Amino acid sequence: MKGMTLIVKTITDFVAAFIVVFGAYIVLYGHLTPGGGFAGGVIIACAFILVMLAHGKEQAFARLPEKAAHALDSGGALAFLIIGWLGVSGGFFFLNVFGRGEMFRLLSSGMIFPLNIAIAFKVGSSLFLVFAALAMFRRRSFRSMIEEELS
Amino acid sequence: MENIAPQLYTLLVFMVIGSVVAVETKNLLSAVISVSAVGFALSVAFLFMGAPDIAITQLVVEILVLIILIRGTILLDNTSVETHRDTLAVVTSLIFFGLLLGFGAMIFGSKGFPEFGEPLMRVSRVYVQTGLPATYAANIVTSVILDFRAYDTLGEATVLFASVLGALALLRKDGKVKGEGVAAA
Repeated sequence: MKGMTLIVKTITDFVAAFIVVFGAYIVLYGHLTPGGGFAGGVIIACAFILVMLAHGKEQAFARLPEKAAHALDSGGALAFLIIGWLGVSGGFFFLNVFGRGEMFRLLSSGMIFPLNIAIAFKVGSSLFLVFAALAMFRRRSFRSMIEEELS
Repeated sequence: MENIAPQLYTLLVFMVIGSVVAVETKNLLSAVISVSAVGFALSVAFLFMGAPDIAITQLVVEILVLIILIRGTILLDNTSVETHRDTLAVVTSLIFFGLLLGFGAMIFGSKGFPEFGEPLMRVSRVYVQTGLPATYAANIVTSVILDFRAYDTLGEATVLFASVLGALALLRKDGKVKGEGVAAA
């Protein structure tokens, strides 16, 4: 059987979506409460890594294909740069040219909100890719070692 | 502000013990877990010092690094280190540690160095005073890392990007001769 035991798989199916929602909350409210794009992105990546550990890499890549992860990784970095360049229209790189909105509301603080989201996509997908690369590397020997330990 | 020194000293002692165990243990898995214990204690220390942003990030990254390191450790064929340490390496590291302590005492002990936090606090005072009115971000940490110091965050994102490129280039399967990676690991 691929992946871990049935108990782990069931709990993973139940929990993974909630972890993603919590990560999205940490990202979206990063400018209001503790957290931010980096921490939220890592939490979202952890949900996908949990799926990969429990179900194996096919299931994880079915939910987030490798090409899509690459695109999100590069796209997040590109979005970060583009938002930075938008500030040039006001005079300086990374100048906060967006409307600041109403204080303590979700849509406030100008470019900090989109920058948080860009960072989250970038960090989440890149850490997922790093783990996927490490997990695919010599998977065979890992499994055989575990079987040796158990026998 | 209440006195948090006892809690911090307890955590510091725990972290020092964890680090010594991580360096001295023969089993790589135990070393990885000791390093993670140090990281979790650091996260709790950040909470005590009133920095929830850093505590969250530290905790989450620590979990991820623990998972990655355990997989990396078990992947290696030899998870325990039997050979004794090179005497030359021990002597060299001791000498360099002594040099570090000596130069540190010279710099921080003399009057040539400014008071702790004096020139830095001038910058951060501006951040604290103008953070909310200038950016309208209620979380001041975010207003610093994504507005005042967005350049730093751009550099951090670049480092992550380079690390992904490096990991995928080193561990890729396609275009690699069979057995090439095994010898390197």
